Amino acid sequence: MAQKEKKGVRLDHISKIYNDPKTGKAFYAVRDVSLVIEPGSFVTLLGPSGCGKTTTLRMIAGFESPDEGEIYLGEEPINALMPNKRDTAMVFQSYALFPHYNVYDNVAYGLKLRKMPKREMDERIAKILDLVELTGMETRMTHQLSGGQQQRVALARAMVVEPSVLLFDEPLSNLDAKLRVSMRTEIRRIQQTLGITAVYVTHDQAEAMAISDHIIIMNKGVIAQMGTPEEIYHHPQSEFVADFIGEVNFLEGDVTAVGEGACTVSIDGHAVQVANPDGFEVGKRCKLVLRPEAGILADTGALPCKVALSCFMGAYQNYHVMVGDTLVKLADYCPVGRKVYRVGDTAYLSFREGCVHML
Amino acid sequence: MKSSQSAALERRKFFADPVMVITIALLTVLLALFILYPLAMLLLDSIYVRETSLVPVSQVRAGTADVPLSEDGTIRVLDNKGKAVDVQPDALEGAWGCLYAKNGRVLKEGDEIDPENVYVKVQKRYVTFDAFPRIFADYTFNTAFFNTLKLGMITSFGSVIIGLMFAYVDCYVNVRSRAVRKMFDVVSTLPVVSPPFVLSLSMILLFGRGGLITRELLGIYDSNVYGMWGIAIVQTLTFFPVCYMMLKGLLKNIDPSMEEAARNMGAGRMKVFTTVTLPLMLPGLGNAFLVTFIESVADFANPMMIGGSYDTLATTIYLRITGGSYDTNGAAAMAVVLLSITLVLFLIQKYYLEAKTAATLSGKASRARALIDDRSVRVPLTILCSLISAFVIMMYIAIPFGALFKLWGRDYSLSLKWFQQLFRDDGFKAFKDSFLLSLIASPITALLSMIISYLVVKKRFRGKAFIEFVSMLAMAVPGTVLGVGFIRGFAGGVFRTGFLQGIYGTGIILVIVFVVRSLPVGTRSGISALRQIDKSIEESAYDLGAGSAKVFLSVTLPLIKDSFLSGLVTTFVRSITAISAVILLVTPRYLLITCRINEFAEKGAYGVACAYATILIVITYAAIVIMNWVIKHFGTSKAVRLKEE
Repeated sequence: MAQKEKKGVRLDHISKIYNDPKTGKAFYAVRDVSLVIEPGSFVTLLGPSGCGKTTTLRMIAGFESPDEGEIYLGEEPINALMPNKRDTAMVFQSYALFPHYNVYDNVAYGLKLRKMPKREMDERIAKILDLVELTGMETRMTHQLSGGQQQRVALARAMVVEPSVLLFDEPLSNLDAKLRVSMRTEIRRIQQTLGITAVYVTHDQAEAMAISDHIIIMNKGVIAQMGTPEEIYHHPQSEFVADFIGEVNFLEGDVTAVGEGACTVSIDGHAVQVANPDGFEVGKRCKLVLRPEAGILADTGALPCKVALSCFMGAYQNYHVMVGDTLVKLADYCPVGRKVYRVGDTAYLSFREGCVHML
Repeated sequence: MKSSQSAALERRKFFADPVMVITIALLTVLLALFILYPLAMLLLDSIYVRETSLVPVSQVRAGTADVPLSEDGTIRVLDNKGKAVDVQPDALEGAWGCLYAKNGRVLKEGDEIDPENVYVKVQKRYVTFDAFPRIFADYTFNTAFFNTLKLGMITSFGSVIIGLMFAYVDCYVNVRSRAVRKMFDVVSTLPVVSPPFVLSLSMILLFGRGGLITRELLGIYDSNVYGMWGIAIVQTLTFFPVCYMMLKGLLKNIDPSMEEAARNMGAGRMKVFTTVTLPLMLPGLGNAFLVTFIESVADFANPMMIGGSYDTLATTIYLRITGGSYDTNGAAAMAVVLLSITLVLFLIQKYYLEAKTAATLSGKASRARALIDDRSVRVPLTILCSLISAFVIMMYIAIPFGALFKLWGRDYSLSLKWFQQLFRDDGFKAFKDSFLLSLIASPITALLSMIISYLVVKKRFRGKAFIEFVSMLAMAVPGTVLGVGFIRGFAGGVFRTGFLQGIYGTGIILVIVFVVRSLPVGTRSGISALRQIDKSIEESAYDLGAGSAKVFLSVTLPLIKDSFLSGLVTTFVRSITAISAVILLVTPRYLLITCRINEFAEKGAYGVACAYATILIVITYAAIVIMNWVIKHFGTSKAVRLKEE
């Protein structure tokens, strides 16, 4: 499969304007979004609800028309093409299986439209059902399947037509937590097997991290940050991104000295050494982005703090400590053999090297 | 900041789909032509006067006649073929073909002519609202107008009360007997599927002068069922099931915990009903009231059959039209008055009360209601409902017996002579014609209404509101008005140009009327069925490469198959039992069962009328049974229904 030339997707300054149904005012649902999705890569649009990610996806599919900008599939502009003339296939949140067809007919739908000979069609369907591990289920009606199986039928139906781009609209949100984890691995595996370009929409950051080559974080219709999962986790470019991905603490301070690759930040009068990214000068106010696992408590150190909560979570010891007036949440993984602080103890907070990011 | 790019793109995508564009264009034309246009013509006829009069030539010459002169001095006269001709006043002498004698006879060259007795025919056209004060000054019309409103009030009041009682018993009271419940079911569906005048017919048979009950059982010899109370009772029995079904739907949606909360705070059962249940139902009751009112006002068959001298608007208009009245403006104005009443009520009902009902009672009851088992509530209500049910059932049983008894009122021995007479007559042709025309109308209506609902629910395009409104509008148009509109609109062709004149007086126009009359019902059921279907199911079909037509045929239609099938049968039943519009349009080339029943009943030949009605009921009932069977076995799969819930 997937012998044909792979195509990427390019969005060139795309905007979409909607009217607020209550006030009647126009607003940007998507604003000036430009991005390039490389052929064969898996890209996730991630953001809170209402951030414009689904609208962007639906514009790629052709269900909505952009108010500004042009969308390209490969080199071809596709703005004016109807959804049925675009070489995309979408997997819907509600699966959108045809309830009056059985599994085979659901999967065959797109192929029949392409007037494929019966022999070839049967081969293709057998192959794809094998890939999604549904062989033997051909004659089942869709309501006789479990949620995960329905999801895989939807996946098979979209993939069997070998589209240039696969679109996923929160496909796992109707499944239970455990199934969600195994299905996302499945989707990633199949996508890699076929080498198909995929655009995936979700509001679940763990899902996005697990599945994507690149993550695009959107907020209020604009792109907040693009990058690999590692870049986004470790080097968020804004408070929103830092906050949206994983647990995070912000510590405010002033830059007091800048050295080679490092600088000194004063927090509540206590000087702390931080690896210095570019663009910080002495006297500037800054925020330290501290992931819970990046902080270490010890009996000595630069930053004194008071323990407000300490509880054992199995994999880690969970602490809430007060640094001045700021609450900092910490996770001390594998605490066996280390000192466990109790509520009311005074301790000193230090940072794992290279794990603190400055904003 | 609004950019027009998306609008332009939507338009390009829209026009890239020729099937849809053509469908929409075609639908718009059809709806405009067969619903809006006849009504517009009616309106025009009521205010636009074409008056022809004969004017003496001598007066034209002298310039004293009231004749429109054009700038170059010619006058426009009508020749003997009714065509307008421009003539110079001086040249009038030789204008043969345009000259008339005083009695309207056309003068020919060589006729002996008295110069004082030569006339030309001129036509004046002007717009006037005179027709309205004129018809209201007309005693017959005036009486009919108030009769109609009074009847509407009584009927809808009675229907809502009885309907509410049935709905309450159905939803709140623990009726122990299964037979009683079954009887409620039968009673609530019977009048919906039966021909409109069956109850009138049996009313006459049972309670009329020669009535089985009044005369034979009670010994009353001068009973008179004709008149307002006769119509009111028959209409109430015909329309209350509609109220019952509507109100039942509402009561089911009331969350029982609200009433339990009231009970818990110390309110008695009556108090709960008056302070919680009833206020919640109020918009719904208003809604049911208006729907019944419209039905009652538009009803033609019952007042026609049992009204006696009590005329309503619908019958008055019918009599004016068929009685050969020359006052075309007046007749049109009457139809406009009738239409205005139903239209205003329809608009209130649809755009105000329906929204309000939905606002107060939305969502589903959280759990089952504890049914009332209290004897003081259960026994009287059950008995009352059972009595009404038994009465309705008795009315229906009277019909086949009316056909089987030798001579109603005299000789109650059984015979088949009325059926024999029916088939010896042209009964077979009547059944064939009615059956065939209805059979043609039903697939057309079912398909059209599914297409309209698909477009309305799933598509975005300009003119959508028009299509939705006009296809629903037909619900508010009384059959009589539609009939008159079709006469005015098509007797001389569209805009009197002769275009489509060919369909007038044929079966085609009857089929069109059937379609128009049933379209709102089918469309409404299609729309509510489609709203249940997740839009992404169709989107995924598009996404996989299907065009609009393919999506409709392969995905949408199979998913609303039930709605389609019931549209098919509903149209068939409504068409084969229709009378109000078609009675004005039918020609001797076609015989319709309903018109035959009306004829025979008018003549007092109740035996034959009952024979026709019996067979008609059997046909409609069979159609319903077949539909239910087909839906059960070949309808939308269970899965689809489960998913919708």
